Amino acid sequence: MTDLSLNDAQMDERASRNRLMKRVALRLGLYVLLILFALYYLMPLFVMVVTSLKSLDEIRTGSLLSLPREIDFSSWGKAWSSACTGIQCEGLRPYFWNSVMLSIPAVAISTLLGAINGYVLAQWRFKGSNILFALMLFGCFIPFQVVLLPMAITLGALKIAGTIPGLMLVHIVYGIGFTTLFFRNFYVTIPVELVKAAKVDGAGFFRIFFSIFLPVSPPIIVVTVIWQFTQIWNDFLFGVSFSQAGTQPITVALNNIVNATTGVKEYNVDMAAAIIAALPTLLVYVVAGKYFIRGLTAGSVKG
Amino acid sequence: MSNALKKEMTSPSAEQHILSVENLDKSFGSVKILKDINVAIEPGDFLVLVGPSGCGKSTLLNCIAGLEKATGGDIRIGGRSMNGVSPKDRDIAMVFQSYALYPTMTVGKNITFGMKVRGVPEAEQQRKLNEVATLLQIEHLLDRKPSQLSGGQRQRVAMGRALVRDPQLFLFDEPLSNLDAKLRVEMRTEIKRLHQTLGASIVYVTHDQIEAMTLATKIVVMKDGIIQQVGTPNEIYNQPANMFVADFMGSPSMNLIPAQVEKVGGTAKISITRPDMDDIVLDFDREIKGLTDTRKSVILGLRPENITDSANQHITKGQVADCRVDVVEPAGSDTFVVTNLGGKQVTARLNADAQITAGETANFAFDLSKASVFEPESGARIA
Repeated sequence: MTDLSLNDAQMDERASRNRLMKRVALRLGLYVLLILFALYYLMPLFVMVVTSLKSLDEIRTGSLLSLPREIDFSSWGKAWSSACTGIQCEGLRPYFWNSVMLSIPAVAISTLLGAINGYVLAQWRFKGSNILFALMLFGCFIPFQVVLLPMAITLGALKIAGTIPGLMLVHIVYGIGFTTLFFRNFYVTIPVELVKAAKVDGAGFFRIFFSIFLPVSPPIIVVTVIWQFTQIWNDFLFGVSFSQAGTQPITVALNNIVNATTGVKEYNVDMAAAIIAALPTLLVYVVAGKYFIRGLTAGSVKG
Repeated sequence: MSNALKKEMTSPSAEQHILSVENLDKSFGSVKILKDINVAIEPGDFLVLVGPSGCGKSTLLNCIAGLEKATGGDIRIGGRSMNGVSPKDRDIAMVFQSYALYPTMTVGKNITFGMKVRGVPEAEQQRKLNEVATLLQIEHLLDRKPSQLSGGQRQRVAMGRALVRDPQLFLFDEPLSNLDAKLRVEMRTEIKRLHQTLGASIVYVTHDQIEAMTLATKIVVMKDGIIQQVGTPNEIYNQPANMFVADFMGSPSMNLIPAQVEKVGGTAKISITRPDMDDIVLDFDREIKGLTDTRKSVILGLRPENITDSANQHITKGQVADCRVDVVEPAGSDTFVVTNLGGKQVTARLNADAQITAGETANFAFDLSKASVFEPESGARIA
């Protein structure tokens, strides 16, 4: 009897060891696969960073993937302040500031408008509010190209064609559909009784918005800001269509640097310029990324 | 303004009423939610609006609060017509089912928010806050956020927010429906105690008939936007105006037994069929409206406590009859017995220690002194 049970125990041990091995092997395989994918996606960034730190000679002679023999930041300096974007050779700097001056107000205004729209559509239903919301949603799916011509005419009529405020208006109008959608879907999860209670307490439309709804909104504000900032900063089509020399955003300037046809092709400067242009959106995501996920999954507000 | 004044003069009784609802109609599009509602309460009354979901009771409360606009009729609070008056100017406070606490504000801020909006001085706000917090025993919670409170605590805070207002009229919209059974009973007692100590005038909406019975000084039973009956809990329970009220109020609900009635030698005899036995014939000594010498179908309404075992001491003038016992349901304090009468399941309420087994025949006592008789077609009470 004791022999038998001992035997059983040994068999059990062997079986469990087998199971453990199998699990470790599977886990290992999973990590190898994940690391391979990560490397694959990081490769372009690696090549860009490495290339931007090499001298032109080294780029011509060496391999694409090799590390730089000596680190050379001069191409970054050139991309920032002296690369030619056509006839001017001031680097990306002025255009970077154009993009900053364009994005920040455009993001702020479209987010605020989206918040108020969403608040109205979710909590102050009126006749036709659902139709209005459906139309605004539809606005999200209108291709950029379709609005180019009417927008150009509108900007001309408003006498802000080719200016930063003009481009700002384009982005605000185009963004309202998305921001409204985000806020409306967030506010719809808040019980309507909250508004009723506040009304009985004597608060009005804006008081309720600023004292009760805005304070619960940080998760969705983060989502909207990241979305809008990425859209506006990375936009090229509106930027190239509705700006002129001096008011162009950084994406247009980047294109002009990379596609400059005179002289030698400076890959290191191109790469540095591309990284500079992408840095702000990267930074926004790194800083606020975890709130982005949290905001997207945030359901109802527990009162 | 002059119009309102004229109205006030034409209805002198409005002065004594803290709230009066006159010929109120409400429709959403073509759907009529409330039809010709008339209710009035005196100061200190606890009015409970009760009915199944969708009967319009919450809509009526929202109309009183001014959160919904009535389609027709008039609402007066403290004698003043509320036409076009916004919720904040109606001198009311409201407690909601979901508590509706402001999620980012502390308990203290939640309670003082209304005063802050109205511009009440800081010192006054603090004084009132402390007063109400002491009354509701929530002093230790004032710095917490609503998300850190339990259901019962949230409920107290919601009541605190209403109490600081010190309004003419309190409105409660199913305030206990989100609490678990035990807490609900505790808070019910609490609300009743508050009503007694403060002498406040309250309109309270619930779908729970026990809440209605225990809390109300006056009950309004509603169905499909129409008031079925208005009365004290006693009147509603013992003299239901129709079969809907009879069935809705009371738990287990009133037995509605199909029966035949005829006049034999001046007294009404009610006969009820039983399976495999002769009809039971019971004397009914009150007058039945519209009863002639011809046999007539009626519905006899008998509460379970009015059918019991014949050994029961409480029923003195009961008439006895044998019935087959189908199901026995011991409920601790009582034993409920189901039998078949008039082709329907009929529940009788017996003593907890009644010796009775399913499948056997037992002797039951019927007390018809509190019975109701209804017209089968219209459902209206005829005795």
